[in-house]
Amino acid sequence: MTGQAEFLSALLDAECSAPDGVLGPSGRPAGKRFDVYRNNVVISLTEALETGFPVVRKLVGDAFFGAMAGVFLRAHPPSSPVLSRYGEALPGFLKSFPPAASLPYLPDVARLELALRHAYHAADPAPFDAEALSNLPPDELMSATLSLAPAVQVVASPWPIHGIWRANTDADAPPPGAGAQAALVTRPGFDPVATALDPAAAVFVEALLAGSGLGVAAETANEADPAFDLSQILGLLLAQRAITAVKERPTL
Amino acid sequence: MSNTAKTLAVAGAVAAAVAAYGTAPAEAQAKEKCYGVSLAGENDCAAGPGTTCAGTSTVNYQGNAWTLVPAGTCTTMEIPAAADGTARHGSLTELSRDLPSA
Repeated sequence: MTGQAEFLSALLDAECSAPDGVLGPSGRPAGKRFDVYRNNVVISLTEALETGFPVVRKLVGDAFFGAMAGVFLRAHPPSSPVLSRYGEALPGFLKSFPPAASLPYLPDVARLELALRHAYHAADPAPFDAEALSNLPPDELMSATLSLAPAVQVVASPWPIHGIWRANTDADAPPPGAGAQAALVTRPGFDPVATALDPAAAVFVEALLAGSGLGVAAETANEADPAFDLSQILGLLLAQRAITAVKERPTL
Repeated sequence: MSNTAKTLAVAGAVAAAVAAYGTAPAEAQAKEKCYGVSLAGENDCAAGPGTTCAGTSTVNYQGNAWTLVPAGTCTTMEIPAAADGTARHGSLTELSRDLPSA
């Protein structure tokens, strides 16, 4: 009888004959039946990638995506039985996939699509009263940390990542602008939302995600860009229900 | 900027953000309701892949035919230079020259 490892490698290699012990009703090796099964595995995983990365697919075209998926799924078969998480290795794969080298922003688009999917499955944000922020004395505000909702993620890119994504999801969207851009992923209601962030605002949210106090995060962003608008990004985070708690930290 | 000035700047920005948020709750709530209804049809898509059964498909789907040039909406997009000033042009027709002939 064949072991699971041999069965798996035969599943993902069309050149491999059916594993020993895979028999049809007549007791003979079931080569053709195994081919059908093997084919269904590949198609299912390809369709899972198509569902998970619609913008990547739109950017490269169906034929390219299908051929790329065939290479990817053999190099990175699912490591979890939860198919809805499949494809987490795609951004890294695309970075070193020579045929995609002409689209250097493609890995970042894949990261954004993964982040949106993650946000969809993330826990709901706890209700937050914005007054808790303005009730803190200025000194405590500087050292306070903000807890962000589980869905909140920042996808930063040297490319106009949000513009590229939006131009391919919204028919009325303008063509993408210039330069580096980040996308803030949130889920204020039932569905994930991606909002464009300038690089300094992205630095600020990333600092908050890393647990920095409000004062430190604001200063880091100011150093990245003196024109950083703290009020604007806080307003965005509140409106997107991204802030779930403000925690005071005793100043030492 | 002195530490006091920084503290005041942050406190002012927070107060402004909270005030602006406080003045628009009605609109925000209306928007949320709208989300739940109008985008409901897209939930499946946002949820990512689920199990699919392609049980009727024929064998040998795994063609090795390879489309080297990605073709899609990127041809209509203008991808300007990156932030570091590197001039990178986004038109696929232009970029396809640089594709490896793998």
